[in-house]
Amino acid sequence: MSGIWNAVFPPGLFTNPLLIHLWIAATVIAVVAGTVGVFVNLRGDAFVAHAVPRGAFAGAAAASLVGANTVLGLGVFAVVMAGAIGMRRQRRANPVDVALILVLALGLGDLFLTLSQAYAPLVFSLLFGQLLGVSATDVWLIGALGVVVLVAVGVVYRPLLLASTAPELAAARGVPIVALNLAFTVLVALAATLTVPVVGALLAFSLMVGPAAAGWYLARTPGRVLGLSVAVAIAVVWIAIVLGYDTNLPIGFLVSALCLAAYVTARAWRWASRKGRSRAGAGAAGSEPLAVG
Amino acid sequence: MDAPNPAAVEPAIAFEAVSVAFGRREVLRGLDFAVAPGSFVGVIGPNGAGKTTVLRLALGLVRPTRGAVRVLGQVVHRGSRALGYVPQSLAAEPDLPLRARDLVGLGLDGERWGLPLPSRTRRRRIDACLERVGALAYADEPVGTLSGGERQRLLIGQALLTDPQILLMDEPLANLDIRSGRAVIDLIATIARERQVTVLFVSHDVNPLVGVLDQVLYLADGRAVLGTVDQVVRSDVLSQLYGRPVEVVRVQGHILVFAGPDVVPLEHGELAAHGRTRSTAGHA
Amino acid sequence: MGFWHQLVAPGFFQSGQVQAALVIGSVVAVSSAVAGIFVVIRGQAFLGHALGDIGATGAAAAALAGLQALWGFLAAGLVGGLAVDVSSRRARERDVATGVVLSAMLGLSALFLYLISQASGGAGVTQQILFGSIFAVDPALTDPIVGFSLLSVALVALLFRPLLWSSVHLEAARARGIPVGLVSLGFLVAVIVTVEEAALVVGALLSTALLVGPAATAIRFTGRVGRAMLLAVGLGLLDVWLGVLLSYDSYTWPPAGRGWPVSFFIVAVMIVTHGVSHVRPHRRLRAGRAVSEPLG
Repeated sequence: MSGIWNAVFPPGLFTNPLLIHLWIAATVIAVVAGTVGVFVNLRGDAFVAHAVPRGAFAGAAAASLVGANTVLGLGVFAVVMAGAIGMRRQRRANPVDVALILVLALGLGDLFLTLSQAYAPLVFSLLFGQLLGVSATDVWLIGALGVVVLVAVGVVYRPLLLASTAPELAAARGVPIVALNLAFTVLVALAATLTVPVVGALLAFSLMVGPAAAGWYLARTPGRVLGLSVAVAIAVVWIAIVLGYDTNLPIGFLVSALCLAAYVTARAWRWASRKGRSRAGAGAAGSEPLAVG
Repeated sequence: MDAPNPAAVEPAIAFEAVSVAFGRREVLRGLDFAVAPGSFVGVIGPNGAGKTTVLRLALGLVRPTRGAVRVLGQVVHRGSRALGYVPQSLAAEPDLPLRARDLVGLGLDGERWGLPLPSRTRRRRIDACLERVGALAYADEPVGTLSGGERQRLLIGQALLTDPQILLMDEPLANLDIRSGRAVIDLIATIARERQVTVLFVSHDVNPLVGVLDQVLYLADGRAVLGTVDQVVRSDVLSQLYGRPVEVVRVQGHILVFAGPDVVPLEHGELAAHGRTRSTAGHA
Repeated sequence: MGFWHQLVAPGFFQSGQVQAALVIGSVVAVSSAVAGIFVVIRGQAFLGHALGDIGATGAAAAALAGLQALWGFLAAGLVGGLAVDVSSRRARERDVATGVVLSAMLGLSALFLYLISQASGGAGVTQQILFGSIFAVDPALTDPIVGFSLLSVALVALLFRPLLWSSVHLEAARARGIPVGLVSLGFLVAVIVTVEEAALVVGALLSTALLVGPAATAIRFTGRVGRAMLLAVGLGLLDVWLGVLLSYDSYTWPPAGRGWPVSFFIVAVMIVTHGVSHVRPHRRLRAGRAVSEPLG
């Protein structure tokens, strides 16, 4: 019995300082990404959630070119991209604009990488994430930024919810639509900045799309969706850490596979429960998920 | 109720004991009516009564669960050029690279495979159609820059290009102000008269149509009754249709139908002509 | 003459590498621009972009299995594209479904590339699959690339009118008997073929850029689909040619002897031309007609 235990949870998993940093950082990341993800799903803006961390990769490349902190580079690029995407009246970002901003960022990233001749493993870990890259300073940084994001979500929660579901009503009530759209994309940018160093630029958006999408299939009220989304995201990163430590597989792969599993399970659950309900004779009316996107 | 003139003429549209169910929900129950060719019929009823389903049945987009739908004597098939369909509205971004004449032109050959070849006949037909619906002035403007009324004219033109014998209009007034709505009704009535076209005009309010209607197909709770306005929009007939007391009142030429606890005020300060039987948005 | 040599460095047109890059780049630019117009009209830029990344997963799998990258790109693109299509029957689910499929495929990509790097120890494949390079195109690929580009353009031409109608008004198109599901599926195949071959030869980044950029710029200049398509083709060719030229020139720029990446230049030219389309007064603001007038 203890043999199996030790195989799944090898000694050091909870005591190695680097891993303790990882546990803390990953949990903060999961809470933040799970929270922001609720709004990503509500607005149907998965493209923004994908494009911002992906393009912010260029910031890390730029930072490595000038010898600055890569997380700082990520953050600056992410926020600049968010600003360019978020200044709009429409609820959903125009996909063409997102695509153009993304390719511009990627083109710059390609340029910076070429000029700096970045070390290939660094590129790989930035793209696909790494388990043991979180230092003690990073933990404080990630924790602080995480608190900032959560407080910001708390402040804009209700108007953002209204602007995301009923933009006309929100505008009629005098809710500042443009500012809220901007706030939303900046929140995505901050969540991306936190997530990329651990999960990688290519897969950071998995945590902002999968868990919350699963939440929207299982729950009907925004509050419950939020709770479910955060819980699923935490479960995903915890299991990913254990599996990653055991098998040495890239964490980005594990996170995305677990997110997919959560999403598929939630959809299957919903499909089965709806089927059961309609067989029981209750009307199908009203069982649509609450305005996703 | 049968059409008022059940003579030897083949009905343009005939519903024979048509029922439609979506899953367990029965939307239409045993609809039986025939529309005489050339008549202008308003399809009236509250939200969720099945108005749009009637239209989709005639288009062959929905199959009856029971019964049969015949259009011009034949069992309905999808994509008939004898039917012109005018949708409710057209959403278009200002960037959409499509001019008014291109939108109308789709009605002529939009279902064909391959690239459109420029031809003088094609252009002449489209121009004539644009002129007929009064849209020649903005024929070369991008549709995304046009108003709701202007777009509605284009959609009518699109439906007219195959010289249809039947026009099916799906709540064309829903997104228009009163003046544009009036103009659309007048346009359709004139065209129907000069081309002997049968019109099914879906609207939730009968009032704007009273002057032009030959008949009303009144729907409520999945059942329908067909007849002239005076025959159908009466307290006794509608009470029987709804299966509960309904009161029809005429005030200064306006018809008001009280079918439920609530009278819904419309925009533009008009009173709604009927109550709501359910609060659900319905399938529409 | 001095300036000409500054701009077009001696040997530019003689270089076999440059010739191959120009030919392949032009072919890809043309089919991307043609499909791109409808991608932009239908708001499918995310799907178009995702397909490039999804194809890279197939390429990684192919590299692992020792197969040709082209087939890996195409197979993964078809699987991913159809998965999105099936799982997003309702429009509002589309972007989230695209995101979920993309995330799953990128995750697999991470796995495959990890396995490759474990097996070979080299990270060169990673770089190549993710960024691609128009200068490193295998000449043997020219024929299949030209073939697939023709296929994609021919599909769009075949579907042109039904596709346009169902993009503008789905219900009206359906009422006329257009098999809208089939039409949208056919167009998806055209997009997949174009995006995957582009991702193979110019990288996922440029496949998105060439698909969306020229088309988005073109529709700001003209109100007609056919003209927008021709203009987009012209812009795409301009982007590729100027980009390749500047990249060739950049070998003499600092840091000397390395050259700047061609993808950067192609994107830069594209963004500049798109910026110009925003500076020019938009055609919707054209004076002379009161837009709000209810009925003419």
